[in-house]
Amino acid sequence: MSNTNPLLDVTGLTKHFPVMGGFPFKRKIGAVQAVDGLDFQVAEGESLGLVGESGCGKSTTGRLITRLLEPTGGSIKYRGQDITHAGRKQLAPVRSEIQMIFQDPYASLNPRQTVGKIISGPMEINGINPPGGHEKRVRELLETVGLNPEHYNRFPHEFSGGQRQRIGVARALALEPKLIVADEPVSALDVSIQAQVVNLLQELQQDLGIAFVFIAHDLAVVRHFSQRVAVMYLGKIVEIADREDLYDNPRHPYTRALLSAVPEATADDIPARERIRLTGDVPSPLNPPSGCRFRTRCWKATEKCATEAPPLVQVAGNKEGHLTACHYPETHDTVPAPRLSKDVAA
Amino acid sequence: MTSTDQQPFLSVRDLKVHFSTEDGVVKAVDGLSFDLAKGKTLGIVGESGSGKSVTNLTILGLHDRDRTSIDGEILLDGKELLTASERELEQLRGNKMSMIFQDALASLSPYHTIGKQIGETYRKHTGASKKEARERAIEMLRRVGIPQPDVRVDDYPHQFSGGMRQRAMIAMALVCDPELLIADEPTTALDVTVQAQIMDLLKDLQQEFGTAIIFITHDLGVIADIADDVLVMYGGRCVERGTKKEVLRAPQHPYTWGLLGSMPSLEGPVDVPLSPIPGSPPSLLNPPSGCRFHPRCTFAEKVQGGLCSTEQPLLDITDGRGSACHLTDDQRREFFADYAATRSH
Repeated sequence: MSNTNPLLDVTGLTKHFPVMGGFPFKRKIGAVQAVDGLDFQVAEGESLGLVGESGCGKSTTGRLITRLLEPTGGSIKYRGQDITHAGRKQLAPVRSEIQMIFQDPYASLNPRQTVGKIISGPMEINGINPPGGHEKRVRELLETVGLNPEHYNRFPHEFSGGQRQRIGVARALALEPKLIVADEPVSALDVSIQAQVVNLLQELQQDLGIAFVFIAHDLAVVRHFSQRVAVMYLGKIVEIADREDLYDNPRHPYTRALLSAVPEATADDIPARERIRLTGDVPSPLNPPSGCRFRTRCWKATEKCATEAPPLVQVAGNKEGHLTACHYPETHDTVPAPRLSKDVAA
Repeated sequence: MTSTDQQPFLSVRDLKVHFSTEDGVVKAVDGLSFDLAKGKTLGIVGESGSGKSVTNLTILGLHDRDRTSIDGEILLDGKELLTASERELEQLRGNKMSMIFQDALASLSPYHTIGKQIGETYRKHTGASKKEARERAIEMLRRVGIPQPDVRVDDYPHQFSGGMRQRAMIAMALVCDPELLIADEPTTALDVTVQAQIMDLLKDLQQEFGTAIIFITHDLGVIADIADDVLVMYGGRCVERGTKKEVLRAPQHPYTWGLLGSMPSLEGPVDVPLSPIPGSPPSLLNPPSGCRFHPRCTFAEKVQGGLCSTEQPLLDITDGRGSACHLTDDQRREFFADYAATRSH
């Protein structure tokens, strides 16, 4: 990873959604701390995976990067240019370089527009007239994503889920972006179709050199697709590392627990990794635990964890670029976690 | 599926479920047979539209009787379910057999407390008083690991988190100690750490009560974790069956190979592209002729005489193990060796 000139540089990114309530006049009574102080970079042509469970803020992060949401704090720099609070006009050229692929291939395509219209939409909005006209370009794009160019005049309902997701990919490619934010692009698809779309995205990343922020909850898919992976928990990055480091040498207890919870399709009697069973649920981001946010479910938590939030640093034993936010990072020979009693979680 | 001489607990024979729709007849399930013994878990794997959910709704008698034509037989503990009256089924549902659905929020009534919903089933089948039902609900909530069950019993579903709702559903399904539990993608909507909790819970409860479980999922990883036997469905038919080890270690059907090759893993090399199955699942309104998988099968042309597109391969099962494919044993061995090589290099 080259830190010299990252494509995207995010520091201290924060998004708090106000919660309104009270009677008779509504006022702010709290804030959902969806994303709270994220630092990460994405290099050109690199894929960064964001993983975490529901409510950890990974989708919010994607929406902040694409500026579909206004950040509460922190900064987002794209190619050195600060776009944190950039206005519409200033954003326009950046937006054509940062595109998004959405999760739901049914909801993210306008049912009343033809495929041709959907894919050429971004070009029209940005006033781009490719040589040979829009139609020629759209046909090329359809071919790139593995669809029949003859289907130019069809409507989304005539396609299956996997094909629709390909249309979404073609639309994202229309402006030749440098960065694509893909928010759970394959989770709505059947296993066999999922693999088709993952392979397509991987080819695009390699052939066109597009950088990706790949948001997913499926750790195996992220491992397959992203060179660098960040694990999020309750609005914070708890661990970020190169793929091999993260999966082979997880240092944060949460990363370890998350990996051990993934069922693997093997029929071995001995599981590949020791099982760590977390109890309870993720606490509410409305009122996150003090100190380390994972401490309420962590088997290692002490007083220190409750008072002091661990910084995201390169802890001893980590390779270059492997950052962990934990006071008591895991080591390879750590004794497997005991099952927590149920009252701890309550 | 250990012994064949004695009557299995649940036995499904040549089940056919066809729906008549405006566009024609949908052959959702087309000739499915399987057995399930007490205390065992059968995992049914398949993609959307493979007929796995329809099969189980039919076992429970929850299908729309006016628009469905059903053939075959389903024997639960020797009792024929397909000819049973609605009243008889009502006696069985929630009592002897019950079900957990995928979407716990949609399956719970928002207007009633969790305790009332759990107790309702209990009262119906045992004639218990309200007070007894409430006690029972608290006990069930405790058993499925809800903290402070005596307080939470009066909560409404929206006050529960996703994992807790799924636990409450399990509590409701198990309140009468059913002998057959059908779990239709019970963990698909949950996060992995919660999924792991729920599967551990189901395994514990099964050990305790000896419940037979049918576990429907599209995730072979989940199957590896929970199932004893596996049935792979494609286009309304069973394409492969066997114990978990047999199916995952030495799959016989090209579709099963494709499913396994489509799944990224947490182990092994990272730069090998996945080997997906080309095309998409068939429409059951107008399913492909012959083997329903043949339009997507890379091996179909290797079969002599183009049998795959003309003739339906028979499901050849001995001792609970077998598959429905026209490939000869030699061919299968050869192609599987190639497939295994691409997966492990």
